[in-house]
Amino acid sequence: MIEKPVLIKEDGTRHDGRKSEELRPIRMEVGVLKNADGSALVEFGRTKVIAAVYGPREIHPKHMTLPDRALIRCRYHMAPFSTSERKSPAPSRREVELSKVIREALEATVFTDLYPRTTIDVFIEVLQADGGTRTTGLTAASLALADAGIPMRDLVAAVAVGKVNGVLVLDIDELEDEYGEADMPVAMMPSLGKIVLLQLNGVLTPEEFKKALELAKKGINEIYRLQKEALTKKYLSYPEE
Amino acid sequence: MGKIYVANRQLVRPGDLLAEGDVEVGDYTYRVGDKVYSLILGLASVDDNRVAVIPLEGTYFPKEGDIVIGMIINVGITNWVVDIRGPYKAVLNASEALESFNPITDDLRNYLDIGDYIVAKIIIFDRSRGPILTIKGKGLGKITEGIIVDIKPSRVPKVIGKKKSMITTLIELTGCNIIVGQNGRIWIRCPSKKVENVLVRAIKKIEAEAHIPGLTERIKRFIDEELRSEEK
Amino acid sequence: MSLTPVQTPIIPRLKKEKIVSLIKTGKRIDGRRLDEYRPITIQLNPIQKAEGSAAVKIGDTMAMVGVKLEVGIPYSDRPNEGVLQVHAEFVPLASPTFEPGPPDENAIETARVIDRSLREPRAIRLEDLAIIPGQKVWIVFNDIYLLDHDGNIIDASMLASMLALNVTKMPKIVSIEGDKVVIDKDSRGQKLPLNLNVVTVTIGKVDKYFIVDPSLEEESVLDAKITVAVDSLGRIVGLQKMGMEGFTEDEVDYVIELALKKAKELHSLLEKVLKNPEEASKSIV
Repeated sequence: MIEKPVLIKEDGTRHDGRKSEELRPIRMEVGVLKNADGSALVEFGRTKVIAAVYGPREIHPKHMTLPDRALIRCRYHMAPFSTSERKSPAPSRREVELSKVIREALEATVFTDLYPRTTIDVFIEVLQADGGTRTTGLTAASLALADAGIPMRDLVAAVAVGKVNGVLVLDIDELEDEYGEADMPVAMMPSLGKIVLLQLNGVLTPEEFKKALELAKKGINEIYRLQKEALTKKYLSYPEE
Repeated sequence: MGKIYVANRQLVRPGDLLAEGDVEVGDYTYRVGDKVYSLILGLASVDDNRVAVIPLEGTYFPKEGDIVIGMIINVGITNWVVDIRGPYKAVLNASEALESFNPITDDLRNYLDIGDYIVAKIIIFDRSRGPILTIKGKGLGKITEGIIVDIKPSRVPKVIGKKKSMITTLIELTGCNIIVGQNGRIWIRCPSKKVENVLVRAIKKIEAEAHIPGLTERIKRFIDEELRSEEK
Repeated sequence: MSLTPVQTPIIPRLKKEKIVSLIKTGKRIDGRRLDEYRPITIQLNPIQKAEGSAAVKIGDTMAMVGVKLEVGIPYSDRPNEGVLQVHAEFVPLASPTFEPGPPDENAIETARVIDRSLREPRAIRLEDLAIIPGQKVWIVFNDIYLLDHDGNIIDASMLASMLALNVTKMPKIVSIEGDKVVIDKDSRGQKLPLNLNVVTVTIGKVDKYFIVDPSLEEESVLDAKITVAVDSLGRIVGLQKMGMEGFTEDEVDYVIELALKKAKELHSLLEKVLKNPEEASKSIV
């Protein structure tokens, strides 16, 4: 059995040198794919996710259409090379569940009733997984939706809070997820103060839960700011005359 | 009076707070209680006590009366299916293309075949089915010459310009014929290949820089310079 | 790929409006209070061939769980522990909207929420389930079978799982030779070692109102719901927000508080049933 690594050092910093309430280095790029109507690449540390949006577009087969709104179809998928041990490309139960909770989070923000009988397709590919892939994927997907010009109430920003050696930490990576006591992914529409994804994989007391949610909110506000910057950046640079 | 927090032509994103209180709201905004937010990535349009957002991205959404440039993607016995770059396939019935037509003896492929472009008008669109087109009317019909330039549908108003100022400029400076489909397809026919190249580059420039003020002047300069260097 | 549901059972609009307008006055269509569960009936060990089993009815929602134990190979990262596997089948006999075939996203979600809620607080003492450390361990299959769907599948499934695990008796090991373990499938030996019990409480949101244990009709009008897993120590051991709308922070706080309160009731029900199984167990199936 592998020895449990030191997750919180004596000086209170984490195994990668971060403070407990510190996010990993974040990179966001909007409009990275030519074919998609909207796309985004988001990295949290070594976690690297690309999201693409197609639509609103026609649905086949026709019986899948809804007469009064657009359908959202969402696929969260991990590349076979994204993990230390090769991941089979066939969809796992985990991917099925995550596709659902990510879709439901996006349903809350997209104005689907503007496009009856169509589908808005959201494809999330995890290129490298180092913890927080669903929250990174959701953050990227909401940028891709905005980039596709799809009407939405707000961007969705997401992060996971963990409990590691009894300490609540922001934006856990894979090691902290694996050896920690809890992993709580949270996604919000920050302007509206709405929580659109909330899961807990682990054990928290009610008091710890409250603190964890506060910490998530703090991280989400910062991620939201970066999302807005990323969207603006796309339009600030234009070819010099 | 309410309070508007954004400047005219300011870049806004979904969820950005635009205004609060008693203001008039236009397209791509929504209210939660007292607050007005942007629904889309776009440019704020502020006028007095009114705020709206003009989208920067997005697919074409059909509207009755729109002139669109479509491509035939399927031919039936009595109609054609037309791609108009929107979320719904459009239908062109034979009766909206031909004066007289007999489905037993006539093959529609002889008139319009898969891959052909048409300039068409949307005559019916009620969201319960795909848009219905016509090519009967002035300026409508099959495209037989020139080229098609695709741009983002959200940039169409910029190519046309206020009171058609931009498109008039383009026509005057290049001497080309131009038809702008509301769906972001533009047909052009130019006196020479050189001029055509310049016009395509100018249109692409409008598409890329639609959100940056001073566009018409910039495009005028661009075309002048490009035409001069093409002549050399 | 996950799709916006297109095949939900159609509830007449009039009925929907009635459900919502009642909830806004603090009442429910079946006469319950907003924070009240439907009647819960329990049957222990309805399936003799399973190592442990239970059937639970919450109102008309009926879930059965059978626990089976087999000897198998441990996970490589936990070589000295037994293995827990939770699966859920929403079989077509349970609802006109269920189709035959592999589990859909709802069945998978249900199984995974229950799996996590059992695993994280170490409800089962998996460390006591190694037979030959590193080589042979007990595999615990917790199979959820939904028999009748009238809403709140997760709470019924969790309750049935917890009861079935509590009454599970492990097959006896006949012999161990080298890495070969022979068990007697028809014998019942020790009880499955457990650390604690876990229950889930599912709370639905309609506008600004919250209802515990939504029925199927009520589920059709919900904006969203949250399932909260709570262990017998009063800790939150799992959370899952579901549905297409969001919650404010205050709403989440309220839901958690309400869930903790209702979880206490479910835990005392569990204790009562397990203390007096003959008396508490009714015949369901």
